[in-house]
Amino acid sequence: MYQYDNYDQTLVNERVAQFRGQVRRYLDGKLSDEEFRQLRLRNGLYYQLHAYMFRIAVPYGLLSSRQMRTLAHCARTYDRGYGHFTTRQNIQFNWPELEDVPKIMEELAAVQMHAIQTSGNVVRNVTADQYAGVAADELEDPRPYCEILRQWSTLHPEFCWLPRKFKIGVTGAAEDRAAIRLHDIGLELVRGEDGEVGFRVFVGGGMGRTPIVGKVVREFLEKRHLLTYVEAVLRVYNQLGRRDDNNKARIKILVRSLGVKRFRKLVEEEWELSRDDGLELTAAEIKRMQGFFAPPDYQSPGNGAAEVEQQIAADPSFARWVKRNTLSHKVSGYRIAVISAKAPGAPPGDLTDGQMDGVADLADQFSFGQLRSTHEQNLVLADVAEGSLHALWEGLKALELATPNIGTLNDMICCPGLDFCSLAKASTIPVAARINEKFSDLDYLYDLGELKLKMSGCMNGCGHHSVGHLGLLGVDKKGSEWYQVILGGSAANDAALGTRIGPAIALDDVADVIEKILILYVDVREEGERFVDTVRRTGIAPFKERVYADHPKSKG
Amino acid sequence: MQIIRNQKVEEDAWRHVSDGDPLAEGSVTVSLKRWLEERDTLIAHGGSLGVRLAPADELGEILADLPHISLIVLEFPAITEGRGYTQARLLRTRHGYSGEIRATGDVQHDQLSFMQRCGIDSFVIREDRDIEEALDAFGEVSVRYQPAADDETLIFHRREQG
Ligand code: HEM
Ligand code: SF4
Repeated sequence: MYQYDNYDQTLVNERVAQFRGQVRRYLDGKLSDEEFRQLRLRNGLYYQLHAYMFRIAVPYGLLSSRQMRTLAHCARTYDRGYGHFTTRQNIQFNWPELEDVPKIMEELAAVQMHAIQTSGNVVRNVTADQYAGVAADELEDPRPYCEILRQWSTLHPEFCWLPRKFKIGVTGAAEDRAAIRLHDIGLELVRGEDGEVGFRVFVGGGMGRTPIVGKVVREFLEKRHLLTYVEAVLRVYNQLGRRDDNNKARIKILVRSLGVKRFRKLVEEEWELSRDDGLELTAAEIKRMQGFFAPPDYQSPGNGAAEVEQQIAADPSFARWVKRNTLSHKVSGYRIAVISAKAPGAPPGDLTDGQMDGVADLADQFSFGQLRSTHEQNLVLADVAEGSLHALWEGLKALELATPNIGTLNDMICCPGLDFCSLAKASTIPVAARINEKFSDLDYLYDLGELKLKMSGCMNGCGHHSVGHLGLLGVDKKGSEWYQVILGGSAANDAALGTRIGPAIALDDVADVIEKILILYVDVREEGERFVDTVRRTGIAPFKERVYADHPKSKG
Repeated sequence: MQIIRNQKVEEDAWRHVSDGDPLAEGSVTVSLKRWLEERDTLIAHGGSLGVRLAPADELGEILADLPHISLIVLEFPAITEGRGYTQARLLRTRHGYSGEIRATGDVQHDQLSFMQRCGIDSFVIREDRDIEEALDAFGEVSVRYQPAADDETLIFHRREQG
């Protein structure tokens, strides 16, 4: 993984000292609340319902075991013993004291981590495919480009006060696991006509109040022009993006109002003028960055495959875990293991300090000391030898992190909702728990197949409800909590916004309504058809009819 | 009025003339609107000339006149205003403007180093803020990953060059 040099370390250290100064000026009354807010946001520090919330960058989701131990230590020392992995691969602490934050930053800096630009109207943490470098369907590892973008965007003097936040996602795989079509800029590594690898560039995607699927702004961008082109996009946006209304300030609104053609023309014109301004990458620079992400020292498989076959045959619950929570790896003899942070009853994406220490140890033992976080709020050990799977599973079971539910209904994305968020209209975590409880029969879940449930406590859409196969959106009706049900969305290659089936339903009925929807799905699906594909084939009408047929408590 | 100029506190030598007011002697700034309306009179006035630009003003309006202009004042009505950074950078790197660029409005400590990197070299610090303390801003973060209107080199080039 990337290792800081003197430049990187100095920057992060100086930034901590600078923040310490800002906190001091704030406490001395030399900065107003609003001014300090702007500064702390640019260092990942929010103020939430009850307390500060501190979001730490996990660049493109990659963590060393040492970094994970530092996070565990911070959770234990400065928080209430847990941390929350977010949909943008970062980690958040919900209860730090303001006075402690510079200290936490120092602890992070000591292991090459920071919280710079994890919030505020700036270029945010660049996210990537969670299986980068190990996926069988990958053309090229996106992480070197993510790190190049990270450095270029860090404290970029021209783009630190954008109209709104700006998110970039990158993938190099055939299957889009990074939701790049729902980012301000999405980059997909593709092979061009002459065989050279470059980027297809999407622009103007996003969730939030006005979800929009991104459009292709450039079919093929040479690698050397990654930064020159992205800078041209940012410059056009910085000048023309709306600043009069926060809800209309994302680049997606600009692209929509200009039309992608006109937007493309403006970017190309800007690019013509600026592409020689010193941002072109050389082949040597790219190669040097790729060196940091070179494959680990894989061993020849030995008889690992045979061993694991035996263990699978001997133990059905191990077999289930292997089938659900591990994936094929591009190197034979290895598998990718997904650590489920969706145990029944636990808030999706939360890990305790003990669990963090535990997975760090497992990473050292079984996966070359590295971990990844995913946008679906799980963790990944990317390089596990088949022969080690059983020992890993035992280790994860002891940590209560072996729930075999990856890709199922219970592997849901869920925002913090009313429990932590002042904007929420409904609670989400208790609803998640009830859904978990209701659908606890694993065989039933497996039979349902791939089903992406995504839940937000308000229309800001942190929980990606609009692109869930099954989306749930919390709304307020005269002071009580209701949910809209949305079907047929996707954040992958077939990215689409879901459709609301009808009036909102009461929070207490959510789990029952989901059950009705699923019963109908099981009745009408064709052989091997995923839930989302059935919905697309039949339309929402039959589901709507089933849900509202005998549902007295629904209202508009 | 005191300002920061080239990282020192000094007295402002300019008069900033409102649209309805008569022109003063010496060095004066006017709004873009007035510049466009009274361009010839202004050039004949004899003193040094400056133009004040709002965030939405187009640089194209004054490019041809840059040889007559020795101060461009960029307005930042709020700390969150970001267009002036691009305006300054383009004036420097694209349009070859070498006169003074000044930031005014909601301008204080924590914007200064970014502004400076975009080519702004003088600052009207908000009156209720400590101008001396704001001078500390320039040295806080010494590492620069990307070029702007300064002499910085993209970090990857710098590493390759050793
Ligand atoms: C704790 C209180 C939180 C508040 C008040 C909050 C607030 C918001 C708001 C207002 C937006 C909409 C911004 C916009 O698109 O214009 C947003 C978007 C988003 N939030 Fe949160 N958020 C919170 C926590 C979280 C957490 C914990 C996560 C991760 C699980 C999260 C993930 C996201 C994501 C991914 C988006 C982006 C949607 C997009 O791409 O447009 N948020 N948040
Ligand atoms: S979706 Fe709404 S309720 Fe949920 S975290 Fe975001 S702002 Fe809060």
